Amino acid sequence: MSAVPESEIPADVPELEPREGQQVRYTTCYMCACRCGIKVTLENGRVRFIQGNPDHPVNRGVLCAKGNAGIMKQYSRAKLRAPLRRKPGSERGAGEFEEISWEEALDELTERLRRIRAEDPKKLAYFTGRDQMQALTGLWASQFGTINWAAHGGFCSVNMATAGLYTLGHAFWEFGDPDWERTRYFVLWGTAEDHASNPFKRGIDQVKRNGGRFVAVNPVRTGYQAVADEWVPIRPGTDGMLAMALGHCLLRDGQFDWAYLVRYTNAPQLVVQTPGEPGDGLILRDEDGAPLVWDLEQEACVDGRQAEIAPALFGAYTAPDGRPVKTAMTLLAERYLDAAYAPERAAEVCGIPAADIERLAAELAHVAFEEAIEVPCEWTDWAGRKHDRFIGRPVSMHAMRGVSAHSNGFQAARAIHTLQLLLGSVEVPGGHRAKPPYPRPVPPPARPARETAPDTPLGGSPLGFPVAPEDLVVDAAGEPLRIDKAFSWQAPLSAHGKMHTVITNAVAGDPYPIDTLMLFMANMAWNSAMNTAQIQELLCAKDEQGAYRLPYLVVSDAFHSETVQFADLVLPDTTYLERYDCISMLDRPISEPDGPADAIRQPILEPEGDVRPWQEVMIELGARLGLPAFTNDDGSPRYAGYNDFIVHYERAPGIGFLAGWRGADGDKPLRGEPNPQQWQRYIDNGAFFKYELPLSQQFYKFANKGYLEWAHEVGFIGAAEPIVMALYAEPLQRFRLAGQGLYDGPAPPDATDAERIAAYCDPLPLFYQPLEERRIEADGHPAYPFHAVTQRPMTMYHAWDSQNAWLRQILAQNHLYMNRARGEALGLADGDWVWVESHNGRIRAQLRLMEGTQADTVWSWNGMGKQAGIWGLEPGAPEATRGFLVNHLIDDRLPAREGEKPLSNSDPVTGQAAWYDLRVRVYKAAPEEQGSAYPPSPTFRPPPGVENGPLALLRYATHRARELRRSLRDTLTRGGWQ
Amino acid sequence: MRLGLVIDLDTCVGCHACAVACKQWNTSGTLGPLSDYEPYGAAPSGVWVNRVRSYEQGQYPHSKTVNLPLSCMHCDRPPCVDVCPTGASYKREADGVVLVDDAKCMGCNYCAWACPYGARELDTASGTMKKCTLCIDRIYDTRLPEAERQPACVLACPANARHFGDLDDPDSEVSRLVRERRGYPLLPEMGCEPVNHYLPPRPAAASRPPAAAPAEAGGQGRAAAVQEWANRIVRR
Ligand code: SF4
Ligand code: SF4
Ligand code: SF4
Repeated sequence: MSAVPESEIPADVPELEPREGQQVRYTTCYMCACRCGIKVTLENGRVRFIQGNPDHPVNRGVLCAKGNAGIMKQYSRAKLRAPLRRKPGSERGAGEFEEISWEEALDELTERLRRIRAEDPKKLAYFTGRDQMQALTGLWASQFGTINWAAHGGFCSVNMATAGLYTLGHAFWEFGDPDWERTRYFVLWGTAEDHASNPFKRGIDQVKRNGGRFVAVNPVRTGYQAVADEWVPIRPGTDGMLAMALGHCLLRDGQFDWAYLVRYTNAPQLVVQTPGEPGDGLILRDEDGAPLVWDLEQEACVDGRQAEIAPALFGAYTAPDGRPVKTAMTLLAERYLDAAYAPERAAEVCGIPAADIERLAAELAHVAFEEAIEVPCEWTDWAGRKHDRFIGRPVSMHAMRGVSAHSNGFQAARAIHTLQLLLGSVEVPGGHRAKPPYPRPVPPPARPARETAPDTPLGGSPLGFPVAPEDLVVDAAGEPLRIDKAFSWQAPLSAHGKMHTVITNAVAGDPYPIDTLMLFMANMAWNSAMNTAQIQELLCAKDEQGAYRLPYLVVSDAFHSETVQFADLVLPDTTYLERYDCISMLDRPISEPDGPADAIRQPILEPEGDVRPWQEVMIELGARLGLPAFTNDDGSPRYAGYNDFIVHYERAPGIGFLAGWRGADGDKPLRGEPNPQQWQRYIDNGAFFKYELPLSQQFYKFANKGYLEWAHEVGFIGAAEPIVMALYAEPLQRFRLAGQGLYDGPAPPDATDAERIAAYCDPLPLFYQPLEERRIEADGHPAYPFHAVTQRPMTMYHAWDSQNAWLRQILAQNHLYMNRARGEALGLADGDWVWVESHNGRIRAQLRLMEGTQADTVWSWNGMGKQAGIWGLEPGAPEATRGFLVNHLIDDRLPAREGEKPLSNSDPVTGQAAWYDLRVRVYKAAPEEQGSAYPPSPTFRPPPGVENGPLALLRYATHRARELRRSLRDTLTRGGWQ
Repeated sequence: MRLGLVIDLDTCVGCHACAVACKQWNTSGTLGPLSDYEPYGAAPSGVWVNRVRSYEQGQYPHSKTVNLPLSCMHCDRPPCVDVCPTGASYKREADGVVLVDDAKCMGCNYCAWACPYGARELDTASGTMKKCTLCIDRIYDTRLPEAERQPACVLACPANARHFGDLDDPDSEVSRLVRERRGYPLLPEMGCEPVNHYLPPRPAAASRPPAAAPAEAGGQGRAAAVQEWANRIVRR
């Protein structure tokens, strides 16, 4: 960027911007989950301008449409103004509220929570949405003593996180990114406007500027796909098949990184081959638990963790105890080279010509191996061997929601990571790089808490990474202990919980009834729910005595959402510009591959109305309830507020919520005693902290001595030992054995669970048709020829509202998009209103025909439809009259089968909500049905303090414009042209 | 100087960041306020002087989505200035920026009809025309750090698709981009001689690795191949 040189600045331009009286503050954006740094100019106590912070590691000065629309979030008229209580005697959902004071609200809540905690703490279910403060809410929940806590990952992208952490020890997005600077070939799988926003737009530009190639695998060509060099229009739910077919070609042609697989993955480890017997499929280990490999020189099984051995990558051998074994790589190759994964077969499944698959595989191999790069730098590997360069395979990939939101998404994501491993492109220059504190051991060594007791904190976090059936959160009979049935036989690796099942389960009392559901920033009665209409009914369901089946619903949100409407108690939150906050490494980091980073938010505006940041409420409730972490020994509150907590709380000695400027003098980055000046140091540094690793520690972190020792010192990993990536995911085999009745330990009591565990908990990637569509076909439902998927528009992704006065001018109504030729063949025209019908119901939507949609796919913008009168919108707003939610069509359970207990519509391994498995048919609505969406929305009244009446005109400005009059010379010459 | 924008259609992902940044800066700036009509109602609309349009080229499966941000082109022969009956519209001599003198504008809308790029919008609340000022209230503001003396839309663009500079100066970054990437003005046949230029998509072939040796066709399942691979000695 070049500015006009000062010498060239014309004399006739007055100072147009009244900078006197303006102040500049730095904080962190919260219009979405990207968490960019922002520089906010204030004028007369109002926001003049929000721009990107040029120094911030996430966005380097740029700012997306959402970030630029922060002003209209701040001054939104949907903002809640005071705590609200459902009027005594009124029906839940009717929206009859009375304002109460915070004192009353917190007294009422404290009393209730105190009783629950004394009786059975898990009767409190506490689930949070797009909050990104799980370090605090998780700590609070475990201090309270309930295992029924999670954030929204279970219905968002847990398949990606889990597949990554069980394969690489890191994953996509917050855990790892393409090496934008060096990558020469970038493959984007599935929707990505979601995660991430600005870093991806910057990255795509970098790749293209460097002459790299960008391939987009996606059923829809919008968004980032628009600028892809190649668009691969894949049929939804088949990405795993494509990834495996690419792997098939690479293996068939010998195009894989032999040395990389031997050195850094468990590919050479020996796997026991005794089908039908206990121990089958587990890694062969010695008495000390060391995994064994076959050493080609010693011709014997040796401890595979040693340096300098010569492990066989392929082959079948005999273990010292006589059992047959094969290398994990051999099993992988056998799986992949099967005709089931040949390009010809994938072509049928994915709708991509076999020749294209062959070509893509050849291109991947070419760039990885023929265009390998080197970064000269001395570094030392885990065994102390010195190297003078990092070898790079400049192929990188990214995948997110599109792959994740299928019931085969975990295995699909595993298949993508496997492809990366075959190419040797993980944690290398030009490849996919981990972001510290990742990589972590595969999987990270935390197991989910199980035991609860009255008035007692949990022994650990409610969430974790099971590696064996013993780690499940089930009772002695094998039944789920969590309300969402996470970590049960129905979803053993549900590392982010299963928020999308909570309301249905709680109302059904399955596995048990609860007392209180506390929701923060989650629209569970609307666009975050499957089967939306039914969820709203369930929220109001009563038992025979006339009592609500879900006795008490507490909602904290800054805005009047559909869910607020159903609350018994509403606790109004602040906006992001009105609060203390931290983006902690103990949570979802904002680190970059070259070093860890974290950030703060500072209040730069006074909150409007009687509202409080939820973080402060957490701290206060913690103290009121006497939770040990929030209370002094004498029972007094330990922290003055959230920023006091952030600075002084230590999770382990020297480790707190913020990593910057620790130590009494602020000279200890990452680990050190609390520094009372820490907060100010963040403010002085533009509200963030970034630690840059020396170049010698930036790559091969999993096997880089310098990095591993440092990461151990600062508490990222428990030991400075190499992290071996898992081509073969042994934990899954332990579950599978349990499903087969061959595990020496807990086993699933239910036959369906056992069958599913045995089928899907496969230690090697596999492709299977998504569960719902398979059932629908098998059950002989009427034909549903289309896959239906959704994505969020770039102007709204992760923005948990769309009432923004500026952004809704860009998009206020969603349409159903269909391939043009396909639509015309069905006799449909652009603009028609059509019925969209699934096995679960039907909706009416307005159709748009377009070229850039895969022929078997229809799609829409998600979360656009609103209920009438909510979000500060006038009841006639297009969001409510013409917009729609696809969610109505999606059942939260799989189509029932005789004699089978209800099964969640989720990935059977991780419990990830299978939003995109939906199949529909589409037909034209009758003439009298044209013009409006179905189901129609009832009109809701806003609560006290929220306005939704007509507003004809809005003219936002922080000062009166200074006029720019033309100069006399200009006037005389009428400009400089003839 | 001939100041203007150069917009890269190879990386513009159609994110609207530039449009909203423009709205945000200018509603409190020299142009402001930029009115919003029925902001929460049935037909929300408002004054924007930079809008992003999208269209498709080609047919499935070879179609492409093209995003086209449109704002004032600061034409060298601006028809909007020609038709302005009050003299409110003018093109600055010093830098070529086309502006409207709000005090003289009577909102007759002639200029909006004359502009082939749809760059001018009538603000019905002020009764005057609004258009891109090239952020004249930023680019010369020496109180800003030099790196921020840029139009708001250029600062915001996450895809680095927007470039500001002097198209008269052959050594400027914008001139270089236009030269090297074969940048072009929109609708040259209208004869307005726009200053703003657009960069076409880079030819995909240029960034593509040469095709590797064609793979053996029809590779069917060959589990046997696993046994065929002689093990190599690779030290761990
Ligand atoms: S909305 Fe998201 S991507 Fe946009 S600026 Fe804010 S944090 Fe960054
Ligand atoms: S901000 Fe940049 S990428 Fe986004 S629409 Fe504008 S020009 Fe395109
Ligand atoms: S230069 Fe300024 S006024 Fe013109 S489009 Fe960009 S932001 Fe808007």
